[in-house]
Amino acid sequence: MAAADARAAAIDAFARRHRFRALEAVPWLLALAAYGVFPGYLPLGAQILATILFVLSADLVLGYAGIVTLGHAAFFGTGAYTAGLLAANGWGEPLSGLVAAALIAGLVGFLSGLIILRTTGLALLMQTLVVATTLYEAANKAGRWTGGDDGLSGMVVWPIFGVFRFDMFGRAAYTYSLAVLFLGWLLARQIVHSPFGRSLTGARENTARMHAIGAPVAQRRLIIYTISAGLAGVSGALIAQTTSFVGLTSLSLERSGNALIMLIIGGVGRLYGAFIGVPLFMIAQDRFSKADPVYWYFWLGLLMVAVVIFARGGVLGIFERLWKWPGK
Amino acid sequence: MGGTLAAILSIGFHGLAFAMVLYLISVGLSVTMGLMGFVNLAHGVFAMLGGYVMTGLMNRYGVPFLAALALAAIATALVSIPLERLLYRRFYGGEELDQVLLTMGLIFMSVAGATYLWGPLTQHMEPPHWLAGQVDLGFRSFPAYRSFLILCGGLLVIALWLGLERTRFGAQIRAAVDNLRMAQSVGINTSRLFMLTFALGSGLAGLGGGLGADLLAITPSYALQYLVYFIIVVAVGGLGSIRGPFFAALFIGIADTAFKYWLPGLGAFFIYALTMVLLLWRPQGLFGRA
Repeated sequence: MAAADARAAAIDAFARRHRFRALEAVPWLLALAAYGVFPGYLPLGAQILATILFVLSADLVLGYAGIVTLGHAAFFGTGAYTAGLLAANGWGEPLSGLVAAALIAGLVGFLSGLIILRTTGLALLMQTLVVATTLYEAANKAGRWTGGDDGLSGMVVWPIFGVFRFDMFGRAAYTYSLAVLFLGWLLARQIVHSPFGRSLTGARENTARMHAIGAPVAQRRLIIYTISAGLAGVSGALIAQTTSFVGLTSLSLERSGNALIMLIIGGVGRLYGAFIGVPLFMIAQDRFSKADPVYWYFWLGLLMVAVVIFARGGVLGIFERLWKWPGK
Repeated sequence: MGGTLAAILSIGFHGLAFAMVLYLISVGLSVTMGLMGFVNLAHGVFAMLGGYVMTGLMNRYGVPFLAALALAAIATALVSIPLERLLYRRFYGGEELDQVLLTMGLIFMSVAGATYLWGPLTQHMEPPHWLAGQVDLGFRSFPAYRSFLILCGGLLVIALWLGLERTRFGAQIRAAVDNLRMAQSVGINTSRLFMLTFALGSGLAGLGGGLGADLLAITPSYALQYLVYFIIVVAVGGLGSIRGPFFAALFIGIADTAFKYWLPGLGAFFIYALTMVLLLWRPQGLFGRA
């Protein structure tokens, strides 16, 4: 009898795990409240929101599929340059720019994934880095189109829906980024709770067993890599459109690395790590790095070492240990 | 025709010098990755440290070149031991994400630390007077310092390979790379082996950083700036191999020099693209095991 109860409870838990919980509304309520409370920080807020989408996309491959990447900026930058080049060459419509960025970045993700996902572990890690560096160098050398070191400028972004103009206070940028992030989050949430998403986690935990039960592991890893690349591309396009600028740093190792840092600060493989890690990191960066970039790097480095040694799950991991997090 | 030949000679010479520096720095990284299963992105920090110690000793305290070079290698090896014991060891064979973040953190700290200690400017290395100028090899003359670099690197490579083949320590490393558990079972103290190998690899990196100070400029962002080069050498050579990185370094050193000579507008792009193609053909590198 007890066994049957436990079984029913387990089935129930599985059936419920994808339902929305009240706690999940908190980030969105906070984001809406921030719009009213900090009107002077909306441009920074818009960047934070877009970066959350980027880190969320990294969480999909890293946290769920277990693909450790040092080159996720490749897709962010591809998306940024796609949207940027469109807007600089006479097509400033933002929504189609986002779609184009998602498609091109997804294509780059698909093609590079075809090549590099054949390896795992250290070899894969190095190859993600090589892909991103190749693109960085390509953008650097194609200065005639990308502006090279100086960055791409001269973007003219049209109003959203032809109505909402990007203003200097960042009101449109903030709302726009929030809406796109919300859609991206819905998609990511749908993916990780789907059978497809569960099979990714299965492959991460025990690849041999997933092969044994007949799951097409390689194909699924490629699919999630492509989707994640597309989302990262949207994030890059968002920042390009809201700041009207694309620089080489959008493809840099630093950006890939920072995404990892923000993710680990928040918590990897938890879907909400990005929502905690990104604001913490970017607000701290905004505060401290301008005053003294050298010391900012020192403390950042020390923090990373400390997180890896003492707080593996990031902020969310600490909460989980304090009280059992629902659904984990 | 003579011009092309001279260009090829010159590219071969400078490429070889670059390859020696790349190999000395990267061989330790390859062993750390293959033997301990650890992605040490911060490996370049040791090379940078070697460069700073050497230029500092020479420029500030007037220590002779060879002594400064030896001290740079020794100091780097000594610094690496406590790092290995306290930090790295916990993460051997662990999750790559942890290793990446830990070593990225170390890189950031090294950037800040180097700026604090030595300032943001590039450290210049003046070759000693007996290595200044050109050396005449009969058919043409070459810069003396680079010739010394190639000679030095060549001798070290031979010593390293002979040591790996002929000494007990080398045999232990080979055994541990081939089959770690079996090596432990037959009584090899792998913890001590790891420490010594790590120190040796770091020392060589320090030596490479010092020797190559005029090729890879010593600046605070050294470890980040040249990381991709070191990683590519290991990726192309194959993890855990000692010979692989040598051929990879030769290939990259010479190809990089050639591309920069003939197609300066494209810079390092070709190297990265070529690496991609190579890895497409052999995902585990030239000498790596699948």
